[in-house]
Amino acid sequence: MKQTALFWAFFRVGIFGFGGGPAMIPLVRAEVVTRHQWLTDEEFADVLAIGNTLPGPIATKMPGYIGYRVAGISGCAAAVIAVILPMIVAMIVMLGIFSRYRDVGWIRGMGQAVIPVVMVMMAQLTWDFFDKSKAALGWLISIAMAVIAGAVIYWLGVHPGWVIGAILLAALLRPSRKKRAEGAA
Amino acid sequence: MIYWDLFLAFFIPNIIGYGGGPAIIPLIEAEVVGRYGWMTSQGFAETLALGNALPSPIATKMAGYVGYEVAGIGGAFVAVAATVIPSLLLMLGALGLLYRHRDSPRVKRMSQWVRPVIAMMMAWLTLSFFTESMAASGLLHTLIIGIVATIALVRFNTHPAFVVIGALVYGGLFIS
Repeated sequence: MKQTALFWAFFRVGIFGFGGGPAMIPLVRAEVVTRHQWLTDEEFADVLAIGNTLPGPIATKMPGYIGYRVAGISGCAAAVIAVILPMIVAMIVMLGIFSRYRDVGWIRGMGQAVIPVVMVMMAQLTWDFFDKSKAALGWLISIAMAVIAGAVIYWLGVHPGWVIGAILLAALLRPSRKKRAEGAA
Repeated sequence: MIYWDLFLAFFIPNIIGYGGGPAIIPLIEAEVVGRYGWMTSQGFAETLALGNALPSPIATKMAGYVGYEVAGIGGAFVAVAATVIPSLLLMLGALGLLYRHRDSPRVKRMSQWVRPVIAMMMAWLTLSFFTESMAASGLLHTLIIGIVATIALVRFNTHPAFVVIGALVYGGLFIS
């Protein structure tokens, strides 16, 4: 049964894939290309490139697409469920136990102590995203865009969806041919 | 309707969040804590801490847990479906089109232009975790944990799970 093979392949990816979506790509490759030969190396690279043209987590788009290609809708469902379900259940169980004993002093202390850790992780992500942005757009444009977007979202109170939606639309619609032609001329 | 709200709260971040799972976190926070008030900032921080300590994608773990907290199993299902299905359907449906445009400058520009905004929202979230931690456990504990966590994560590349466990032990012993 291909569905069963898909399930266990992506179950392993989900269980050993620490560090979020992008960190899981090598594991997906090991299962899909090396172990089961469902895709060639080249096809895998294409699927990854296509996945990156779309928003949303890469670690569910890839299993879903590969599952569909190998065994249709049921393969798609088996792969996606295998990669996400175990840890969703773990989250619900662990945080459920934690909330039940929240009134106990030392358990509340544990909850408070993780906030600075998350703060540091978020600062790391901030730095990482800003650094990539600086490499692509330069620091002046990056800072200007960040400050203007920040003012619109947090000062004017506009929903971030509108701001990002508008930017995506502008990036998509702005003609790039003309600029390239001018550059060539 | 709670299911509709849950659907929107996870559909929007995932359909505009270019840059993978981490990019979606501040967008989800804006919905879950900011817009709908389903969670406190501290609750969100705790969920994120556990989410970062466990394997598998962060976006679906957050969706599953928040959905379950808000509206039980049905809520978890709606939130996870809103996270996974739209971009997956796009990928399956528009594969040919996407394949032709995978190296297009426009597509690259989309994720490049969104990045500074996401960075700003991440910075804002970092600041709100700082304020939250100051209110919950005070400056001293915030500084000690923050500095040790920074050294562990940045200097020694320690796995986030161990950093979270370390903070839990510290909190259990010294904050109460």
